[in-house]
Amino acid sequence: MKKHRIYHIRQTIVALALLLPVALCGCASDKDASRQVIVYNWGEYIDPETIRMFEEESGIKVIYDEFETNESMYPKVESGAVAYDIACPSDYMISRMIQNGMLSEIDYDKMPNAKKNIGAQYYEQSRGFDPENKYAIPYCWGTVGILYNKTMVDEPITRWAQLWDEKYADNILMQDSVRDAFMVAEKLSGNSMNTLDAEELEAAKNMLIKQKPLVQAYVVDQVRDKMIGGEAAIGVIYSGEAIYTQKENPDLVYVIPEEGTNVWIDSWVILKNAPNKENAEKFIDFMCREDIALMNFEYITYSTPNVAARELIEEEDIRNSEIAFPDLSQYDNLETYVYLGEDGDYLYNELWKEVKAY
Amino acid sequence: MKTIAKRIYIALIILFLYAPIGILMVLSFNESKTRAKWGGFTFKWYIELFQNEEILRALFNTLLIALVSSLIATVIGTVACIAMTGMKRRAKSILMGITNIPMLNADIVTGISLMLLYISLGIRFGMGTILLSHITFNIPYVILSVMPRMRQLNVSTYEAALDLGSSPLYAFFKVVFPDLLPGILSGFLMAFTMSLDDFIITHFTKGVGVDTLSTKIYTEIKKGIKPEMYALSTLIFVTVLSLLVLINLSPAEKKKAEQ
Repeated sequence: MKKHRIYHIRQTIVALALLLPVALCGCASDKDASRQVIVYNWGEYIDPETIRMFEEESGIKVIYDEFETNESMYPKVESGAVAYDIACPSDYMISRMIQNGMLSEIDYDKMPNAKKNIGAQYYEQSRGFDPENKYAIPYCWGTVGILYNKTMVDEPITRWAQLWDEKYADNILMQDSVRDAFMVAEKLSGNSMNTLDAEELEAAKNMLIKQKPLVQAYVVDQVRDKMIGGEAAIGVIYSGEAIYTQKENPDLVYVIPEEGTNVWIDSWVILKNAPNKENAEKFIDFMCREDIALMNFEYITYSTPNVAARELIEEEDIRNSEIAFPDLSQYDNLETYVYLGEDGDYLYNELWKEVKAY
Repeated sequence: MKTIAKRIYIALIILFLYAPIGILMVLSFNESKTRAKWGGFTFKWYIELFQNEEILRALFNTLLIALVSSLIATVIGTVACIAMTGMKRRAKSILMGITNIPMLNADIVTGISLMLLYISLGIRFGMGTILLSHITFNIPYVILSVMPRMRQLNVSTYEAALDLGSSPLYAFFKVVFPDLLPGILSGFLMAFTMSLDDFIITHFTKGVGVDTLSTKIYTEIKKGIKPEMYALSTLIFVTVLSLLVLINLSPAEKKKAEQ
């Protein structure tokens, strides 16, 4: 009899313990799905105040989520674990998403600000990955260039070729990413950075191997701190970081190399099965409004494609900065990454491994 | 000579363990945003930290998930231990083996398989899924620390209590539970820290807009980690340190008072 009772008690405890998490899980569901929009953006890539303002003005609740690389964003969107409305991937990832039919076409009539405020040259540049400007609205952009410390070099640096100069042995920082590293070598040889030509790639690989003894380190975001601290003379860096590093260390100079470089564009896209497409259009259009785009530019400090917002920048030297707003029409050798397909990615990764292991 | 060598060795170990934390604490008072330059002493980042709603929400989520998941895991784990003592030897060792596997398994495997499971069951990703996952990987740690206590337990005391007329539940809480308590507590603490620390499993099972501190810090990689995070880490470290000091001080004080 007693044995039975303790058995029952045990059973009840086990059952309760198993049920509790399920009950908790149930609480997390949504109240009102139609008045919300789910946004998937880079970390630290928006002024939180603008989200608050959008919620207040439109009455739409923003559920905001962040990713850290294009590569970690893609499988999360693809798996469908969460039905996102909006994402903000980079150029080559957008072309991959277009190829795989994951994006929904933009209706410019519903987004007057996007049509009016975003500069034509940026739509033009976007055609590299979105040929008819059907899917992507530019949000942030920049170039990849050389940052150098003028107290540590003998002459101005203007070309990628100077990264192969033995004078600067152990004073060079390269980007630790396949595409950016190969871009430097391919541009230097006058080839396209989206090349899949075996000979051109082999040549680029050999150049990188030749440069390797001169390189102090292959870095990602440490290039900022290292250049500010004067730990290296020359570094490959994104233009968005250049203004900030110059503020910290006035000896630093940013140049777009003569051989041409990569123009990257992070753009808003609406996903194919977005549950709240109308809200998504309102959100993107709100972000294209000049005052909002200005707030975001000041927060992120990456160049904005929003021409109207640029006009509103108060500090003249930033508004006319050659670093933040280079005139794209002056260059004829700027390119944007496109998706190379799985085989292409594999090829690049294999060659990069050879460089790194050499 | 030997003692000098010993001391140097210890000093080196302490240096390597604590130098990174020391640097982090120093940087949290750095006026300049970059680690390469000392811009002067400031409390700016601490003030900004307490005004940054997102970081505070992530902190709250982290603590809430750690607390709730370790509490639930402690209950389930303890109950599992009690059940296992009643089992045959063979069933018991099979069950122990099963609970040990998730502990040895790589986090990334656990994370991805949990994600796939939730997708196939159609569960919405959110706080609930993080919580479920944390409970899942916490249970084995509780069992691991309660089980040895369970083995030391003298079954006769429980039977004696029953013989003296107490109900099984009463006997459990008066006789068995106090004996298990140290094991349960250490299991709870272990589960709590494991949950606090976890990044990979949370990363795969979290829903939209729900961030814990670890996933929040990770998303900041593109733009560089903000010094507010240094400030927060400093505060957490100091809190844990002072708790440890307090816990270790109190028995000594009691002894003094007794004398």
